[in-house]
Amino acid sequence: MHDETPTARTLALAVDDWPGHVAGQHVDVRLTAADGYSAVRSYSIASAPSSDDRVEITVERLPNGEVSPYLTQQVAVGDELELRGPIGGWFIWRPGQAMPIQLVAGGSGIVPLMAMIRSHVSAGDKAQFRLLYSVREPGAVFYRDELGALSKQGDSLVVTYAYTRLTPPDWPRPAGRIDRELLANSLWPSTLQPSSYVCGPTAFVEYATDLMIANGHDRERIRTERFGATGERK
Amino acid sequence: MTIISRGFAGRRSEAEAKLPPGQYLTTDFPVLSAGPTPHISPDRWEFTIDDGSNVLKRWDWKSFRQLPTDNITVDLHCVTRWSKLGTSWQGVSLDVLLAGVKTDLLYAMFRSYGDYTTNLPLKDIVNNQAWIAFNYDGVDLEPEHGGPARLLVPHLYLWKSAKWVRGMTLMQQDKPGFWENLGYHIYGDPWKEQRYSEE
Repeated sequence: MHDETPTARTLALAVDDWPGHVAGQHVDVRLTAADGYSAVRSYSIASAPSSDDRVEITVERLPNGEVSPYLTQQVAVGDELELRGPIGGWFIWRPGQAMPIQLVAGGSGIVPLMAMIRSHVSAGDKAQFRLLYSVREPGAVFYRDELGALSKQGDSLVVTYAYTRLTPPDWPRPAGRIDRELLANSLWPSTLQPSSYVCGPTAFVEYATDLMIANGHDRERIRTERFGATGERK
Repeated sequence: MTIISRGFAGRRSEAEAKLPPGQYLTTDFPVLSAGPTPHISPDRWEFTIDDGSNVLKRWDWKSFRQLPTDNITVDLHCVTRWSKLGTSWQGVSLDVLLAGVKTDLLYAMFRSYGDYTTNLPLKDIVNNQAWIAFNYDGVDLEPEHGGPARLLVPHLYLWKSAKWVRGMTLMQQDKPGFWENLGYHIYGDPWKEQRYSEE
């Protein structure tokens, strides 16, 4: 396992008889205390489908989390975890699907989209991917080196970062939310009829999809996966 | 086989004891829709009941809002494991909408704006078990949570409570709707933990 950021960790799990998965799917992880009390949470699979029995998940530690603090701070190499999966039939991408593809990630919403990117690479798929990855600040980016390396290899992956609170030095765009112009510049023109995958906290997903639709993207070609609470009134 | 997680203590509360198996309590109201939120204005809203061949009943927003309503407080259980207790809604009971509808058909497919569907046995939506709800927590139901109106069937997992509902088609046999076709259980009883189709 390794830390992606100060609050997020990738765990590589060796799973007996793993049936394989499709990019975008998730697993349910169950933790059980000695007295039998258990808690289950879902985590997107970060790794590409492969022939080995190995699955990676990237877990973000939530301030009031019950499972994420354990997975990001207490689990040690060699520990056993109980998993169920893979689960998911909607927010998935298989090589050979419609091209081009655009991915929009808010924060830890990058995880299932990274599985799609990795799947795309390992399959040698010809589709062209564009990723818009919105985070609060540079330290919050997952998989930065890998995304950097992949985006330098030809034009099969183009990555645009958007920083909402704090930017790197000399960043051309001031800190702030994504907007229609940024989406228009970083994603595909709507006339190409791309397939879109948007993932992140629901407020981000609502906002991003409204902008995409305002830019002419067809709502029926947009799939969303949303994390967590609305963050608003109860 | 249960694996005991070394050093895991968990967070327990009394309320958790009243939850269906595998659920945890939340005070937020998560939104987990599969696509963008449709924005439907009341002037074009309608709800129809058909039997696959004929429209049996139809309401526009005005006529729908003239129907008698119930104020209910119910618990919500989402298949993604969060539960929210004691939520307040106002809606029209399916008993009111189905009054006078004579049918031998036993199942219904609920249809939503934005192409979502979900199937339910008729016996699960009559007798005070289901509503078309338009008001949540004292205010108009927001689009993110299914407004202008959503189906509410609290005794089953929340994916059965179709957001942005626009009608129901009565059918002879049970058929899977959107999520049921994608690996979720055909019925979805949270107390029997019927999450996925291979349960």
